[in-house]
Amino acid sequence: MTSALSVDRLEVIFDRFRALKGVSLDVLSGESFGLVGESGSGKSTLLRAIAGLAPAASGSITVNGKRLGARRDKAFYREVQMVFQDPYGSLHPRQTVDRLLQEPLAIHGFADGEKRIQRALDEVGLGTGFRFRYSHQLSGGQRQRVAIARALILEPSILLLDEPTSALDASVQAEVLNLLEEIRRRRNLTFLMVSHDLAIITHMCERLMVMQNGEAVEHLTADDLVRRHVTKDYTRNLLRASEGFVRV
Amino acid sequence: MSTLLEVDDLRVTFPTRTGLIEAVRGVSFSLGRERLGIVGESGSGKSQTGRAIMGLTPTQAEVTANKLAFDGIDLLAAPPRDRRALRGKRIAMILQDPKYSLDPVMSIGRQIVETLRTHEKAGKAEARDRALAMLEAVQIRDPARVFDLHPHEVSGGMGQRAMIAMMLIAGPEMMIADEPTSALDVTVQLDVLGILDKLVSERGMGLIFISHDLRLVSSFCDRVIVMYAGKVVEQLAASELGRAQHPYTRGLLNCMPKIGADRHPLPVLDRKPEWAA
Repeated sequence: MTSALSVDRLEVIFDRFRALKGVSLDVLSGESFGLVGESGSGKSTLLRAIAGLAPAASGSITVNGKRLGARRDKAFYREVQMVFQDPYGSLHPRQTVDRLLQEPLAIHGFADGEKRIQRALDEVGLGTGFRFRYSHQLSGGQRQRVAIARALILEPSILLLDEPTSALDASVQAEVLNLLEEIRRRRNLTFLMVSHDLAIITHMCERLMVMQNGEAVEHLTADDLVRRHVTKDYTRNLLRASEGFVRV
Repeated sequence: MSTLLEVDDLRVTFPTRTGLIEAVRGVSFSLGRERLGIVGESGSGKSQTGRAIMGLTPTQAEVTANKLAFDGIDLLAAPPRDRRALRGKRIAMILQDPKYSLDPVMSIGRQIVETLRTHEKAGKAEARDRALAMLEAVQIRDPARVFDLHPHEVSGGMGQRAMIAMMLIAGPEMMIADEPTSALDVTVQLDVLGILDKLVSERGMGLIFISHDLRLVSSFCDRVIVMYAGKVVEQLAASELGRAQHPYTRGLLNCMPKIGADRHPLPVLDRKPEWAA
């Protein structure tokens, strides 16, 4: 299998703070890869650096065999799209769903916008009834579906997911996770997904990387986690924390 | 077991442009010196229940109940001055996010001292000593340093510990914790819960733990109330959670991904209109 996305010794420095300290990873085409860690571990920064939203100080990022420069071109955004954590913050409050979905189409010069918007809304299970609503008229789960529709409308091959369900209720989270899995299967997408929740990552991803303080702690497969085959204490702590409170 | 709090048919109603919205619709329970969890999704009325007990319901809303009594005091009939005396002194509340619920322009130490001196006669030096001791009790390593820090200078976990210290310093008998760990990292969550657990059991306090996380609540509390659409749909001992009867409770438990359970797709909740009836 070919690699869809590879990151080699990537450094991100904000002022003097090293947010990412030489992180490398390789995501195969069609694979779902997870990033786990606590806040400040650099998992979101890694995602943002790939999307071009955080400056890379050194190292390289390669997407579908093409090495990225400092600036991303339009072709890059046709291949790679991102879904953000907070659907309350990532949708324009004064634009209707229709307007939100038209923007990427206009930027990339698609002519068949009408058809694409309808298909994207159908695909995320919203239907055209939602097309002319504002985001404040939608629930959290519906908003996240709109954000996913916006990412899918350009038919990218790679989706970057930054805690896509952490702002949602558990039952709504299940619906959105199911939706993401179904879309991945149908379109053969590559996922790079960030979460602080090990259970979500083992559910969604085949392989994962545990991060702490801007560094990779260890690379694991979801299977390793299920069998508790972890070597680092930090990962063990995360595993223990995911099992809930234990009275001593 | 002595009863600390009695709630019978509690209702909280908000007037809106489109009519009355009942956020809490007839909630009844009683609390002794135990840990009670209230679980539900957003909009289920769990936070409004906690706020009504605390007396923090917005003024435009109406709170009614057959009985809402803390240690024999009728909370709904009590004049505002009596309720102020209770709030912070005998009933305390921990809020979700220390970033927003601590005063950003006051040092952590001063906020704790303020709570203490509002409710007790304590000299400056004594108040400071007790605040430092309390910071130590919530496992803050260098209390003297943290005392002088402002909320933006500490991490989320540290801020939440400071809030716990602030709430415990007046020695309350009942504590309402509204999502006390949801804004924290999973690893820090357990530390904070451990501290809360220890202090609650040492002091024999009653605790109401409000959360959306059914699994966390069941591992922490003695008893769990499950709320849906402003109503209690099920009450059960935390250890009996596996034998929950109501489809909503079962659905909530089922829909979370578990490590080692290979379920694709995840079961989703099939909401029935009669649950809200």
